[in-house]
Amino acid sequence: MSILFYIFAAVAVLAALNMVLQRTPVYSALSLIVVLCSLAVVYLLLGAEFMAVIQVIVYAGAIMVLFVFVIMLLNAGHEAPSHRSQIAKWIGAPIIGAMLAEMLMIIWDQFPSTSAAPPPALDGTPAAIGHLLFKNYVLPFEVTSILILVAVLGAVVLAKKEF
Amino acid sequence: MVPLSHYLALSVILFVIGAAGFIFRRNIITVFMCIELMLNAVNLAFMAFSRFLENLDGQIFVFFVIVVAAAEAAVGLAVIIALHRNRKSLNIEEVDSMKF
Repeated sequence: MSILFYIFAAVAVLAALNMVLQRTPVYSALSLIVVLCSLAVVYLLLGAEFMAVIQVIVYAGAIMVLFVFVIMLLNAGHEAPSHRSQIAKWIGAPIIGAMLAEMLMIIWDQFPSTSAAPPPALDGTPAAIGHLLFKNYVLPFEVTSILILVAVLGAVVLAKKEF
Repeated sequence: MVPLSHYLALSVILFVIGAAGFIFRRNIITVFMCIELMLNAVNLAFMAFSRFLENLDGQIFVFFVIVVAAAEAAVGLAVIIALHRNRKSLNIEEVDSMKF
C-alpha cells in the first residue's frame, strides 16, 4: 500500500514541475490533470473514497475542461519571453526556497516520521460525508448555493459580448 | 504505513511549485492553473490531517474548497475572456494599469 503512495507522489511532483516549466498552456493543463488524478489516488489511500471520486469528477472532469475550453477559445499559444524587469525572479526565487525549507523543517520537527501505529482508517463513504454535511454543516452548504448562483451570474455578465 | 509527515511534505512541495509558477509564469491562464495547484496542495494537507486526527471535518473542508475553486474558476476564466477581448493579449505584463 505505501509503495503506491510514493509512486503517485513522485508522479504528482513531476507533473507539477512539468506544468510550471511548460511554456504552452495546453501542456500545462494536461500536466495539471495528471497531478489532480494522482492526488485522487492519494486520497483513496487515505481512505477518503468519496472525496477521491469528487476530485476526479469535479476537478479533473469539470474545472479542467473549463480551462482547456478557454485555452482553445482564446487560442493561447507559446508564451513570449519576458522583456520587463526580472526583479520578481531574483527576489522571488530565494523567498520560495526559504519557504520550502522552512515548512519542511517545521514538518520534520513537529511530526516525526517514526510515529506509532496510525489510527484505523476513517469511514470516508458518501453516507458518512452526507450525514455530516446535512447535519453539522447545513448552513455552509446552503450558503454555497448562493455562492454558485452569484458565480454563474458573474461569469455570464463578465463574458458577455457588450462589456 | 506512510507517516503523516510524508503527506505533509508532498503537500508543501506541491504548494511551493505552485507558488513558484505563480511568480515566474507570464501567461495568465498558467498563473491561474498554479493557483489551482496550490489549492490542491492545501486540500491534501486537510485530507492527511483528517485521516490522522480521525476527524471527518477535514474532508468537509476539502469539499467546500473544491466548491469555491469551481466558482472561482468560472468567474476567473470569464475575467480572462473579457481581458483578452479588451487587450488582445494573455500576458500579465501588459495588464499594468493599476501599477505605479
